[in-house]
Amino acid sequence: MTEQGVRWTAEQVLALAPDAASRKAGSKLGTAGPWSGAGSGEGTVWGLCKGSGSKPYQTVVDLAGTAGPAYKCSCPSRKFPCKHALGLLLLWAEPGGEVAPVAEPPEWAEQWLSGRRGRAEGERAESGGSSATGSADPEAARRRAERRAERVTAGATELEQRLSDLLRAGLASAEQAGYGLWDETAARMVDAQAPGLAARVRELGAIPGSGPGWPARLLEECALLHLLDRGWLRRDRLPDELAATVRSRLGLPAPADGPPVRDRWLVLAQYDTVDPKLTTRRIWLHGAESGHTRLLLSYGAAGRAPELSLPVGLAVEADLTGFPGAGQARAALGERYAPPAPTGLRPPGVTTAEAAARYGEALCADPWLDSVPVTLDRVVPAPGPEPGSWQLADAEEDSALPVVAAAPSRAGLWRLVALSGGAPVKVFGECGHRGFTPLTAWPQGPGEPVTLC
Amino acid sequence: MNGSPAAGGAPAAASPWEDLVTTALLGTDRRPPAVAPGGQAPAALLDAAAVATVRRRAGLRPGRAAPRPEPAPRDPRPALPAAASRRLAILLADRPGGGGGGRRGSSPDLIELLPQWLAAAGAHGYAAPPQALPALLDAARGRTDLRPAALAFAGPRALWLARLNPDWRFALRSAPGGGATLPDPADGEAVRRLWEEGLFAERVALLAALRARTPAPARELLASTWPTERAEDRLMFLDSLRTGLSLEDEPFLEQALGDRSRNVRSTAAELLSTLPGSALAARMAVRAAACVALDRTGNSPTVVVEAPPECDPGMERDGVAAKPPTGRGERSWWLGQLVEAAPLGIWAGRLGGRTPEQIVGLPVADDWQAELHAAWCRAAVRQGDAVWSRALLGTPSAPEAGGPGAVSLAERAKLLGALEPEERAVWVAGFIATHGLSEAFQLLGVCAVPWAAPLGRSVVDALDIARDAGSYPWSFSGVMGLAERCLDPAEATRLEGLLTLPDEREDASPGAGGYWAEAFQRLTATLRLRAAMAAELRPETPSRPGSPLPSGPLQGYGG
Repeated sequence: MTEQGVRWTAEQVLALAPDAASRKAGSKLGTAGPWSGAGSGEGTVWGLCKGSGSKPYQTVVDLAGTAGPAYKCSCPSRKFPCKHALGLLLLWAEPGGEVAPVAEPPEWAEQWLSGRRGRAEGERAESGGSSATGSADPEAARRRAERRAERVTAGATELEQRLSDLLRAGLASAEQAGYGLWDETAARMVDAQAPGLAARVRELGAIPGSGPGWPARLLEECALLHLLDRGWLRRDRLPDELAATVRSRLGLPAPADGPPVRDRWLVLAQYDTVDPKLTTRRIWLHGAESGHTRLLLSYGAAGRAPELSLPVGLAVEADLTGFPGAGQARAALGERYAPPAPTGLRPPGVTTAEAAARYGEALCADPWLDSVPVTLDRVVPAPGPEPGSWQLADAEEDSALPVVAAAPSRAGLWRLVALSGGAPVKVFGECGHRGFTPLTAWPQGPGEPVTLC
Repeated sequence: MNGSPAAGGAPAAASPWEDLVTTALLGTDRRPPAVAPGGQAPAALLDAAAVATVRRRAGLRPGRAAPRPEPAPRDPRPALPAAASRRLAILLADRPGGGGGGRRGSSPDLIELLPQWLAAAGAHGYAAPPQALPALLDAARGRTDLRPAALAFAGPRALWLARLNPDWRFALRSAPGGGATLPDPADGEAVRRLWEEGLFAERVALLAALRARTPAPARELLASTWPTERAEDRLMFLDSLRTGLSLEDEPFLEQALGDRSRNVRSTAAELLSTLPGSALAARMAVRAAACVALDRTGNSPTVVVEAPPECDPGMERDGVAAKPPTGRGERSWWLGQLVEAAPLGIWAGRLGGRTPEQIVGLPVADDWQAELHAAWCRAAVRQGDAVWSRALLGTPSAPEAGGPGAVSLAERAKLLGALEPEERAVWVAGFIATHGLSEAFQLLGVCAVPWAAPLGRSVVDALDIARDAGSYPWSFSGVMGLAERCLDPAEATRLEGLLTLPDEREDASPGAGGYWAEAFQRLTATLRLRAAMAAELRPETPSRPGSPLPSGPLQGYGG
């Protein structure tokens, strides 16, 4: 692989930034000014960055590691990657830029790199040799699982009771009770070690304030929660696959144990949802050969950025291992065979009718699914019938999917409209009962993907 | 999406789903459901609702497409090179004031480079990347100074987009040349209709566009409705006659001298006075000449001034304001206005066949010098007279050039505008070499970008001297900011020596050396960034950044 072949674009580099402030600080450092001794070779980039002190910071990035990019910088920042690493990568990403390919990294960079790679080799050898260590005491593990199942059962039973009480008194009473009722119930479900139930219960609290039609929406969600409870309480009578789905919906941990699928995985979208305690990053991947679309999840606690970052438009040759459960898109990233590299690959697309049908089919395996990943081919963004609403209309047919009202980013929606200019585009997103959430778009002609989230 | 009948628009009879919702809303205690009355009612209701919900969701189908927007007009300009496109995204992502004030650090101010980038991209004639249009429109919405360049670069698709989003309506109003709403100037019928029925802004845009192409018909159009226009509107319309002004406009302007509005009268007079061949200019020449004479009786010839004794109705009609601002004598106030409006060409004959330089050098009797020279300065600026401007500016190294002197810095800056860019740069370079940077800011603002080599060198040298003198760099932050935007990027290599941290001298302000090193780092970083920006915009494959820029495309800067 030539040096040019793996060079990223500036957007891809900036997608690694943990937050907007770092993105900004990093892009300011992406010019030759503060840098000296910058070089690159064999998937690594290094350089010295002049800071406010007298001694420049030593910055190294290892892009070739199988576990994703790794960074080392002598600056005191706790951001990860720090602005120096981002600036260095931007400098390196610049075509004809200042970072020259050099055969040998300098002493200080080499030390860290060889230490790191040696460690990685060691870990791989170890994990290959002793895969049985996980089940040190199978009897204890079984007892733990049993205890947890009992608590979840108690939680599910209690929730069923609360739902019954609610329906007996009427949903109108829920409107008066407000969030307090749901928050307390959610806390009970956390105690019952059923985080999936807790999350759903918490969402119920917002529905009575969500505008006209809320009773129907609240009934829908209560009914699905009830369905999940019943699924758990009668899991011994469910087919294995569906039982696994129920367990994962309840939030019970299960290792990704499917057979690893090696493919060139194209990064379709990456976006974060932030709540005060946890940042959740979703990365959608599309397998060039398998044709599968898979989801990687990565978490960052309290304001920290999730560690895994795969910029849109790159493809990574890697193993993905599926999580148990019918219709599960979620997978775990296994071994990577090469660092992510830019690609012109685009996922194949379908019509709006096929997209809606796909969601319907997916519900057979997992009735709790809110949406499925879909690429729409040749659709035109157009203002919808309601003021301020938008839809994606087939270029060749008279049908359209509504864009979800609360699209994750209004700015992204306008980028999509601007990119289209009234002409058909290819759009990847999530298609579900609330409508379509556009995440990434490709122009009709040649051109790089445009992120919308 | 349309659901099955169960959830979509309400059919006439209550559907089973609606029945479930009603029951749920009221509670099974009050309204026992049909499915299973009794103690199991809530569970049965939820069972039925779960089935109905999953069934509805699984059966969702796309809805009917609403009317699609008309496709955006084609943008015939070539696409922006990929690297430039990324640069634009980075510049647009930078928000002013995000850094939190205070020290500016060693990295470039990206948002300050946006005006320059837009000017360069516009000069190359590239089309804006479609996905950048929303950010471009948002930037133009927030900063009116960016609007003309941003909208011109954004092109027809941005106007198409602006019609879909009320936040961007401003683009439709302020589109260059009025945008798509302006009729073809050759279409007399459409022009007249817009002139008679259009909104004020549309009419101003129409008049400006017509005036730029065909000055005479534009003036006739204005004359046709002149008496019925409101005074403020007349003033704005009159102002647009500055473009393409000629003696042909004189009859119309003469007539406007009798306007009801004082502002309209004085603007008409000002326009006429910039036409040295006009009757008004001739009348002013007679009045001004009567006040200024040469006294040869003494040892050396001296200019003597006799200010006008009164402001007669004729003077007032020709735009002379009778009432002086507070604190000024009325006779000197009238004199200033007469000299300002008189053609500068008359003075050679009046003052013994001397050149402007010699005239400016003559002594003036009785403390009239400041008043007289200031009026000549205003006249030179108004008439765009390079010879007189040069004479009034004097040599930049003259001691009085740096002080408050007869001619203020603001007036000097205006006088410089009448000179050729090259000469302007050399003059300001000379000024800085003698007087340093503290007074130079205004003068630098009128110099062409990028700065010519002598000017750039003298600014860098002066900054170096300021550093050695031990002051803090933020005393020069205005000039530093200008240098970042205006210095020729080729100068970056000359700055290398300034980046290092010098040994702190005893008399220097504490830590100043470090701050200077940082300021110079930012300067070189910005210059390199500008070189890279220019290289990315070149049509062929971009070359290494850091190479000198062609001086052509980078004209003008904002802020």
